[in-house]
Amino acid sequence: MLEELYRETILDHGRKPRNSGHLEAATHKADGWNPLCGDQIRLFLIVQDDTITDIKFEGCGCAISQASTSLMTETVKGMKVVDALALFEKFHAMVVDGTVDELDGLECLAGVREFPARIKCATLGWHALRSALAGEEAASTE
Amino acid sequence: MPCKSDERSAWRCEFPILDQEVNGKPLVYLDSAASSQKPRVVLDTMDFYYRMDNANVHRGVHALGQRSTEAYDNARAVVAKHLNAVHTDEIVFTKGCTEAVNLVAASWGQANLKPGDVVLCSMAEHHANLVPWQLAAEKTGATVKPVPIHDDGQLDWDAYLALLNENPVKMVAIKHVCNTLGTVYPVKEVVSEAHRVGALVTVDGAQAVPHRPVDVQDIGADFYILAGHKAFGPMGVGALYGRLPLLRAMPPYQGGGDMIRTVSFDGTTFREPPNRFEAGTPNVAGVVGLAAALEWLASQDFDRIEVHEQDLLASATEALEEIPGVRVLGKSPGKASVISFVTDFAHPHDIATILDSEGVAVRAGHHCCMPLMGRLRVPATVRASFAMYNDNKDKEVLIQAVAKARRIFS
Repeated sequence: MLEELYRETILDHGRKPRNSGHLEAATHKADGWNPLCGDQIRLFLIVQDDTITDIKFEGCGCAISQASTSLMTETVKGMKVVDALALFEKFHAMVVDGTVDELDGLECLAGVREFPARIKCATLGWHALRSALAGEEAASTE
Repeated sequence: MPCKSDERSAWRCEFPILDQEVNGKPLVYLDSAASSQKPRVVLDTMDFYYRMDNANVHRGVHALGQRSTEAYDNARAVVAKHLNAVHTDEIVFTKGCTEAVNLVAASWGQANLKPGDVVLCSMAEHHANLVPWQLAAEKTGATVKPVPIHDDGQLDWDAYLALLNENPVKMVAIKHVCNTLGTVYPVKEVVSEAHRVGALVTVDGAQAVPHRPVDVQDIGADFYILAGHKAFGPMGVGALYGRLPLLRAMPPYQGGGDMIRTVSFDGTTFREPPNRFEAGTPNVAGVVGLAAALEWLASQDFDRIEVHEQDLLASATEALEEIPGVRVLGKSPGKASVISFVTDFAHPHDIATILDSEGVAVRAGHHCCMPLMGRLRVPATVRASFAMYNDNKDKEVLIQAVAKARRIFS
C-alpha cells in the first residue's frame, strides 16, 4: 500500500517540483494553507483568453503536497479555465471519493485515497487553483 | 503475549491497547505526548462506574446519586493530594487543560487585566496557554508578550527578568514540561521572580504530570493545570488548581446548574469555589477515571520511571542521530522523554506515514506550538514521545522505520 502512495513519479516531483517559482505578471494568485499540518503553497497564474498560459508555485510541505501541486501545474498549463475546473472535480473524485480511476497523468496520486490523513496534502494545490481562478486570495483545506 | 518476559517494559502489560497489530505490524505507540494510553484499572473503574454507580451528582437523595456524588467528591480529594494542594476546594474539574486556561483567562483575566497590563507567555507555549490570553488581552486592552527561548528550548532567563522588570506584568503563562521538545522549565524560579514583581503564574502541567511528581505548594504556582488523557486518564476531563483566595475572588466562568446558590429574576448568587466554576452536569465518569489514573500513577515508583524513560531518551536520541540526515531538536539537560526531529531527506508527514506503515505511531506537525516552530525555523517536526510503557523494542522499531524512510526518500 505504501508503494501505491510513494510511487517513483511522486518522489521525483516531490524532490524536484516542476513550475517552481514566482510569476511577477500573474493575473491570478492564491495561497493554499493546510492549518492541520502547516503545508503551504503560493500559486501564480497568467490567464489570457480564458486559457492558463503560465503557472508557477512556491511553498513548502510534504512530498505529497509538493508533488501533487507540481503535477497539477504541468497538467493545467495551456488548458482552458473551464477544462481545468472540470479536471479539479475529476481529481477530487479520484482521491476523495474513489469514483474515478483513470486520469491521464494524474492517476499516480490515486493511492492517496487509502491514506485518509494525507488526502488534504494531495488536494491543497488544486484548492489553491480553484480559489485563484475564482478570484479568491486564499484557499484552506479546512 | 503481554508481560511474558522481561524483555518488555514492566508497565506495558497494564495497558491492554498496546497488545495489537497495526498495518500488520505490532503497535509501537510513541505518541503519548498527544494522548497517553490507559491502564486497565482506569478502564475498569470507568466501566464499573457506568455499570453500577451512574447517576447525576449533587442532586439525588437516592443511593446511586449518593454513590456518584461520593465518587465525584472523592476524586477531587485525589487530585488535590496528587498535586499537594492545601485544600480540596482548590481543584476545579474542567474538560481539559484548554478549558482550564480559558477559565482562568476569562474569569481572572477579565476581572484583573487592565489596558496597558502585560501577560508574558513563553515562546514555546502550547496554543492552549497562549490563545486564551490573547483573547483576554483583546477584551481588556492588555498585551501578550513572548518570553524568548534559547536554541535548545530553555528559557532565556535574562530576557525573562528584563521583561518582568520593564513591563507591568500581571500574569506569566508557562508550561512545566514542553510537549514538543521535552524541555523542563524551572517553574519554581519562574514563579518566585514573577511574585517579586506582583505577577501571578499559570503553569501548564499537561506534560509534567505523566512524568514526575508535582507539588504546587513547592512550585508556588497560582494556577496549575493538568489533562486527564495525557496522564493515563480519560479524554474530556482535566483539572485546574487555583490558590483558594484567588478562586474565591474570581467571577463565574459559565452559568448554569450546580454553580448557583439562589436564582431569581431579581438576581442570582453563586456558590463558593470549586462549584462556582463547574456549571452543569460534570463528566463524572471522566473525573472518576482521572482519579483512578492519578492513584495508579502515585502507586508507581517515580524514580524507576525516571530512570527507564531517561535511558530510552538517551539511547533513542543517540541512535536517531546516527542516521545520516537526522537532526534532533532541543537537547536541553534534564529534559523529559520527548524527541522532536527533522531530516534532510523527507518532510515530517512523509516520515510519519512511513512509520505508521511499520506500526509506529508518532506525531508530525507543529504540535500546537506555531511560535516555537517559527523560533526553531522549521515548519514541522516528527515527535516520538516515550512513556513508561515503552521499551527498547519500541525504540529499535522506531530507528529501523526512520532508516527505512531514509532509504525510500534518498
